[in-house]
Amino acid sequence: MSGVRVLVGTRKGAFILTSDGKREHWEVAGPQFGGWEMYHLKGSPADPNRLYASQSTGWFGQMIQRSNDAGKTWEPVGNKFVYDGVPGTHQWYDGTPHPWEFKRVWHLEPSLTDPDTVYAGVEDAALFRSSDGGQTWQELPGLRGHGTGLRWQPGAGGLCLHTILLDPSDPQRIFIAISAAGAFRSDDGGETWRAINRGLRSEHIPDPDAEVGHCVHHVAMHQSRPGVLFMQKHWDVMRSDDAGDSWREVSGNLPTDFGFALDVHAHEPDTIYVVPIKSDSEHYPPEGKLRVYRSRTGGNEWEPLTQGLPQSDCYVNVLRDAMAVDSLDACGVYFGTTGGQVYASRDAGDHWAPIVRDLPAVLSVEVQTLP
Amino acid sequence: MIRVVLPAHLRTLARAGGEVEVEVDGVATQRSLLDALEARYPMLRGTIRDHVTQQRRPFVRFFACGEDLSHESPDAPLPEAVASGAEPFLLVGAIAGG
Repeated sequence: MSGVRVLVGTRKGAFILTSDGKREHWEVAGPQFGGWEMYHLKGSPADPNRLYASQSTGWFGQMIQRSNDAGKTWEPVGNKFVYDGVPGTHQWYDGTPHPWEFKRVWHLEPSLTDPDTVYAGVEDAALFRSSDGGQTWQELPGLRGHGTGLRWQPGAGGLCLHTILLDPSDPQRIFIAISAAGAFRSDDGGETWRAINRGLRSEHIPDPDAEVGHCVHHVAMHQSRPGVLFMQKHWDVMRSDDAGDSWREVSGNLPTDFGFALDVHAHEPDTIYVVPIKSDSEHYPPEGKLRVYRSRTGGNEWEPLTQGLPQSDCYVNVLRDAMAVDSLDACGVYFGTTGGQVYASRDAGDHWAPIVRDLPAVLSVEVQTLP
Repeated sequence: MIRVVLPAHLRTLARAGGEVEVEVDGVATQRSLLDALEARYPMLRGTIRDHVTQQRRPFVRFFACGEDLSHESPDAPLPEAVASGAEPFLLVGAIAGG
């Protein structure tokens, strides 16, 4: 019997939501790591019982937790994230040089093939890799050192590396994204990197077409078509058909092109989902209506999905790592809000219902489809 | 044997009770005590002081015998009452937030 496991990271702990393949009834387990900020949890595609979790607080710093039994038990593994060599500086908000300082792990991306290999995207932005199940971490220094790092500047949430995409067709190819530097690609397993921001346009920076300096909120791809990337930028939803070499805007008829979360349907590479948010100064849905927008054409033409979602007085946000899909038929879509709701649709977005309503603010949602 | 009281989150992390005991070789100082504590509970490395600089994390404070020892030199001898085990060494998470 197939099933689904939803891994939810919140401001005050982690929760694991499970259901069988019907996705009608859910069990809620947690909080685990109560009181800690759980920026992200993710399972290994090679071993679904192997989970990694990023646990942090302002008091005691960063922990990485690992589970070998699908989250029933956890063990703390390595939390030593030390930049390679002399860290140097990036730009501060006011443009002055600021030393690179590790703050937390935003995103964990397990290898597609090896349960013991996992990547970590951290703040201040850098990419780390562990090949021993999270016990030890080494920076991939070619990213910060590729030449533009001195010009990277934090977004409002910090200088965070929040997106890591591993290309299933090419083990040497990795995409990452940083707020507010932009997107970057490696074609040699993370040794060397280049900025892939051509076509992005950010009106409020000195050079709107700059090589770096774009506030990329999230990037997603479909596993069957890894050369096509979709991006939710600070403003604008973007698409690339050449692995990030160039981008074009596909915001189309969205009510606002600001937002954070974005994902791709599990079986339809041109069906994508976003949650428009009113603006950068008002982090809530337009008109108090929580609407997921779906495009079945790879962008530009969007339809609002509202069935089961609050259509009045709703002022929650949906953060960048808080949307995911399952790979059942029909595709399930899930997202969490800063109001503590986790909504699920088991018909590709046509209808929605909350799995839980009153968790702490949701930071991340990941989904495992179980055999 | 030196008695150490951990804050709740670190107790959970270390799977330890409210008070733990650690053996310190030589002169008991903050540094030698934390070295011994981290050797016994490796998961606490990086949670009390920075991995590299060994600086106390800003929101962690050290108290003993009714005194705030947070700004003492890490190599200063701990009070005799702590070194002898008569009084515990308190690791405290600062009250912060709102």
